[in-house]
Amino acid sequence: MSKRVGLEASFAAAEAARMADVDVIAAYPITPQTHIPERLAEMVADGELNAAYIPVESEHSALSACLGAAAVGARTFTATAGQGLELMHEVVYVASSMRYPIVMTICNRALSAPLSVWGDHSDAMAVRDAGWIQVFCQNNQDAFDMTLWAFRVGEDPRVLFPVMVHFDGFHLSHVTEPVILPEQKEVDRFLPRFQYPFALTPDKPMTHGAFGPPDIYSEAKIAQEVAFRKSKDVIIQGFKEFGDIFGRYYHPVEPYRTEGAKVLLLTMGSFSETAKIAIDTKKNKGESVGLINLRLWRPFPFEELCQAVKDAETLIVFDRCISFGGPGGPVSSEIRSALYNEKERPRVVSFIGGLGGRDMAVKDFEYVIDQGREIVEKGSEELFETVGIRGEVTGIRG
Amino acid sequence: MTEKRLKTGPDFIWRDMEVGNIVTEAGSAALRRTGDWRSQRPIIDKERCNKCGLCWLYCPDVAIKLLEDGYYETDLFYCKGCGICAKVCTREAITMIEEEEE
Repeated sequence: MSKRVGLEASFAAAEAARMADVDVIAAYPITPQTHIPERLAEMVADGELNAAYIPVESEHSALSACLGAAAVGARTFTATAGQGLELMHEVVYVASSMRYPIVMTICNRALSAPLSVWGDHSDAMAVRDAGWIQVFCQNNQDAFDMTLWAFRVGEDPRVLFPVMVHFDGFHLSHVTEPVILPEQKEVDRFLPRFQYPFALTPDKPMTHGAFGPPDIYSEAKIAQEVAFRKSKDVIIQGFKEFGDIFGRYYHPVEPYRTEGAKVLLLTMGSFSETAKIAIDTKKNKGESVGLINLRLWRPFPFEELCQAVKDAETLIVFDRCISFGGPGGPVSSEIRSALYNEKERPRVVSFIGGLGGRDMAVKDFEYVIDQGREIVEKGSEELFETVGIRGEVTGIRG
Repeated sequence: MTEKRLKTGPDFIWRDMEVGNIVTEAGSAALRRTGDWRSQRPIIDKERCNKCGLCWLYCPDVAIKLLEDGYYETDLFYCKGCGICAKVCTREAITMIEEEEE
């Protein structure tokens, strides 16, 4: 029997790694991710998990150690947040280019300065183009489910890419919610033992991480890009298989009450759940609104996104990150690009808020929807709008 | 044993890349002519050489070979022309000359 227990997202992710029976964990503690390596270290020390726990001296070393473990075919897990992910940056690209299916949970955190340990999506956006499969979680059940799913998809021989599971620092990482934990035998059915096809072994010497001079680098990168885009089929198949076993079905793009809606709001991560309440409130007042939760961030689900928003007149995209000097939040500029060549497409309004742990309540999302609608009617001088900033924000122009 | 071949050149397309750019065959570096970067090459004067082997020991690219008669020769397929052999030779038996010189 599966059981329903109270867990914060950090413990849910650690529990998923334990049930996935990981072989190697190399991690360095950083707020708000600390509870994940702490819990896993405890499990290893108490003999609940038969894995090597490598206490390293930095995040750069953490992911480097993961590369080595993955190269010999170990099921490998790590976790970080904010500045830790920044320090890892160089190795983040290496992991995806060398096709190691490492799973890493990120407790999304703002980037300094000013120093902030609180949540936003700046850390995730800084590794947007690094070639990792990336999903965002709405709640703690998601955090458990996506971590388990990440191993299944990343390790698939048709994929072999690392996977980042993002959940909001503090809003999820430190908040206890009910989480349904499956039985071990169900997990084993979903996630069979892993055989890395190119594992290093003295029996058959080979070279990982060779030099790529100009006569080969471009070919290597295109091969990686094509394989990465193709992984979307397995990602979707993985969601389906997960649902068939555990009863919870996930999708790259998840519409909520969007049927016939003229105005759509798009959010990622835990704020989607708050935004859903705002949608319910507005629906009750008879307003034509709906929500899109963007779960899969990389590879970007172009087809699914275009399909989900094609009948709407207005699409309000909410970002928890600033792209300094850019056209709007990173998610909104991505979505504008995705829709640019579509014949039928909504007007896109970019909103930025929820930075560095600033909360977004239901009323704030109601404000975003009202303002977004007004901007489409009246037009705006600014490239993007803000919510929850003290003082009138002007001068967002090139 | 299959013949080793280098994966490069105009016929080698992106679809030929191994997953993760892994080089699945051991020892394939032996096939790659890396000596073509060289702008200078070492000339060994057999008259001055006392077969001490310092050049062979110090060559960072294993491009100096021991011959049957105990003397040494440079393998220009790999030699990058760094000049370390000429520097360490106590007998000044190795001279670096410009590639375009005969």
